[in-house]
Amino acid sequence: MKRRSFLQVSALAGGGLMLGLVPEQAAAADGGFAPNAFISIDGAGLVTLMAKNPDMGQGVKTSLPMLLAEELDVDFARVRVLQAGANARMADQGSGGSQSVPQSWDQLRRAGAAARQMLMLAAAERWGVAVAELSTDKGQVLHAASGRRAGYGELAAAAARLKAPDPAGLKLKPRAEFKLLGRRVAQVDSAEIVRGAPLFCGDTQRPGLLHAVIAKSPVFGARPMSANLEQIKAMAGVRDAFLVEGDADALRPIPQDRPFRSLQPFVAIIATSTWAALKAKQALQVRWDDGAHKHHSSATYRATALQRLAEPGELWRDDGDVPGELARAAKVVEATYELPILAHTTMEPMSCFAEPTPEGGLRFIAPCQFPGIAVLAVQALLRVPAAKVEVQIARLGGGFGRRFESDFVLEAGTIALRMKAPIQLMYTREDDMRHDFYRPFGWQRLRGGLDAQGRLQALHVKHARHAFRDPVTPKLRASLFPARFVPNYRVEVAMVDSNVPAGAYRAPGSNLNAFMLESFTDELAHAAGQDPLAFRLALLGEDRELKEPDFSPTRMKGVLRLAAEKAGWGRRLPKGSGMGLAAYFSHGGYIAHVVELSVSRAGGVTVQRVTSAVDVGPIINLSGAEQQVQGSVIDGLSSSLWQEITIENGAAVQGNFDDNPHLRMPEVPPRIDVHFIQRDMAPTGLGEPAFPPLPPALGNAIFAATGKRVRSLPLRQHDLSWS
Amino acid sequence: MPRYALNINGQTRQADVDADTPLLWVLRDELQLCGTKYGCGKGLCGACTVHVDGQAQRSCQLPVAGLAGKRVTTIEGLHPQGKHPLQQAWIRLDVAQCGYCQCGQIMQAAALLKAKPRPTDTEIDEAMAGNLCRCGTQLRIRAAIKAVARGEGA
Repeated sequence: MKRRSFLQVSALAGGGLMLGLVPEQAAAADGGFAPNAFISIDGAGLVTLMAKNPDMGQGVKTSLPMLLAEELDVDFARVRVLQAGANARMADQGSGGSQSVPQSWDQLRRAGAAARQMLMLAAAERWGVAVAELSTDKGQVLHAASGRRAGYGELAAAAARLKAPDPAGLKLKPRAEFKLLGRRVAQVDSAEIVRGAPLFCGDTQRPGLLHAVIAKSPVFGARPMSANLEQIKAMAGVRDAFLVEGDADALRPIPQDRPFRSLQPFVAIIATSTWAALKAKQALQVRWDDGAHKHHSSATYRATALQRLAEPGELWRDDGDVPGELARAAKVVEATYELPILAHTTMEPMSCFAEPTPEGGLRFIAPCQFPGIAVLAVQALLRVPAAKVEVQIARLGGGFGRRFESDFVLEAGTIALRMKAPIQLMYTREDDMRHDFYRPFGWQRLRGGLDAQGRLQALHVKHARHAFRDPVTPKLRASLFPARFVPNYRVEVAMVDSNVPAGAYRAPGSNLNAFMLESFTDELAHAAGQDPLAFRLALLGEDRELKEPDFSPTRMKGVLRLAAEKAGWGRRLPKGSGMGLAAYFSHGGYIAHVVELSVSRAGGVTVQRVTSAVDVGPIINLSGAEQQVQGSVIDGLSSSLWQEITIENGAAVQGNFDDNPHLRMPEVPPRIDVHFIQRDMAPTGLGEPAFPPLPPALGNAIFAATGKRVRSLPLRQHDLSWS
Repeated sequence: MPRYALNINGQTRQADVDADTPLLWVLRDELQLCGTKYGCGKGLCGACTVHVDGQAQRSCQLPVAGLAGKRVTTIEGLHPQGKHPLQQAWIRLDVAQCGYCQCGQIMQAAALLKAKPRPTDTEIDEAMAGNLCRCGTQLRIRAAIKAVARGEGA
């Protein structure tokens, strides 16, 4: 969706707010002011702000309204925030790619500033004074010279009659004048979260609500040929059961011209209660048309990958003379790295509420990361015109990229249309873990050539990867660091064919590359006899700013130095203890972590502390930003220590937290210290970039503690014992 | 279908369900108490935690037939206005991220503090080990429990 900023003036009629979740009380009394899709102020001065983007815990239901509130100049503790649904009047509603804050920074600030300007103009007219003599403070317009003041509510009706100003001409607050941005603000939903108020789609109640569960082929993508449907339909509480043929190719990488996948093949069971549906699912027997891919397995993927790494691949970049420089190098370091398939395992499994509307359309209450895409998918695949598709956005019980997909929306919609009833669709944990769009596997073979002074002169990186749809083009991917920093640099890529469905997982591409590159950089440093921090600083070179693609060695060195300083880098630690360092640039952000841990002689890992330095420009909500960094660290520890999805006979093996565990409280380090370097610039996002550098920092710390180099994850497959 | 009389948050509630129906689904589907969440169905994640006679239990593992004569407390009943000291601390310290696990976390913590008003760090970690948080709010969960144990903001 193209970015655009526009404002329109419309007086609020009783009960008439725009699309999205509308409270049961009348939205506003007569005489209200709604200058754009984001702000409305009623005659009593109640300010309602629409939260543009879905909140999956990354805090945008709070931080984006803060952008409006800062420029509008209202007391944030007293505003009402409502979650917007899919709204054609709102641009950039997708929560993904760490883009919510960067894409909203200018447009929402201007929306707030425009509303404030109109309120001031209304006061100026009322008092017969120049606008330049007026100021605002927390929902009031003030005329210092005469001492007059008026609340925004009193001015609302008058402001609504004014022409909206040109947003481009508005003056935004300088950073030094921020009253709200940069502070610690608790999430707007906090009180409801802790009371168990209905916030998630599964909490929706309706008379006559039916509960649906689905079954999909364990071998990815196969169609159902037949099932014991009559037996299922005879079970207590079951209203219906049917096959949906779907598209067997729905799980292949999405074509570039379409942001959604086809409807998958599945079997649906609909019952009057969740328990009746789950019991019926246990009795369900399906014959799947699954012969074609049953030979796929993790073992065959590995064998194929290692073979590909031994052959020439597709050349993505070739600077200088890599073979020549490697031959001349004083020391050559070579290593092969591997990472497993990961499942998202959001705490709330895939779910969706859907009901038919009287106009022949569909209403969803859905945990979608990209509401606009959900509307397009329903229109294209369920043939309901977009004007008749309403997508309300519930809180997402975790996203991490999984809820970018529209499968649960299409499945709930299909069932609701067929049953002509409100439907609550729920995936079991096993469904969720076995029918994910996974973080795919990845391999890299790296060869680095060091000169006699221990400088990296040549680097050859060979990838063996899944054919997932990378948001970054090959040319761009290959021009990221360390391109332009190593004079002789070659990148080759080969594909490993696989039927594993792959999708966006927190920092796609980067979450594979960072582990391999930053662990190998550590290997190079040790081979050169240099401190890993010093080696990286030397590689980054002098302070400067590179363009196309943009990359700042200055800012990268800044986070490395800050993390190292705060962690006490260089302290002597006893044998079995160690510190590891890693830094990575992704999604516009620069993050460095230092992990301090100890490894028992038996090989048990205890992380004492993680120290993180973060540079993403200015911070909007200090509390939420700290959460994203600590959350990314714990996410990285969890997957690095415990997680992998293996494939056997074409199907995912793991299904729950017993065989694909998540980090538990006793394993969470006592300290994760987060330090921000803030700058006066447009912010970049923080949902993802703190994740990629954590696993290599962990691996590097294990090497420092034990002398054992970790080249694959999860750690639990390694023997880290030492003596 | 048998009818069960249950004591939920101090009230007698009726549910016409099969004997093997887990309490989790009785709460959510029959009684419209949606604060108790489904996360795994195998007692591994803690999102479904309630109190049964004051003890923290995983409601996905409790068949309704076994609850005769027992007092069940859900998050909705932890405090009449949702102002239990833990709930207040959770808000003050901005503990949640997505929020899905947090009712289970609070119920588990409430049972801990009832049994051990001043737990050690190790006791907190052990008591909370059965509650997963995918978003990584564990440091703040610890901090909120410790704040309440110290009597802050009561």
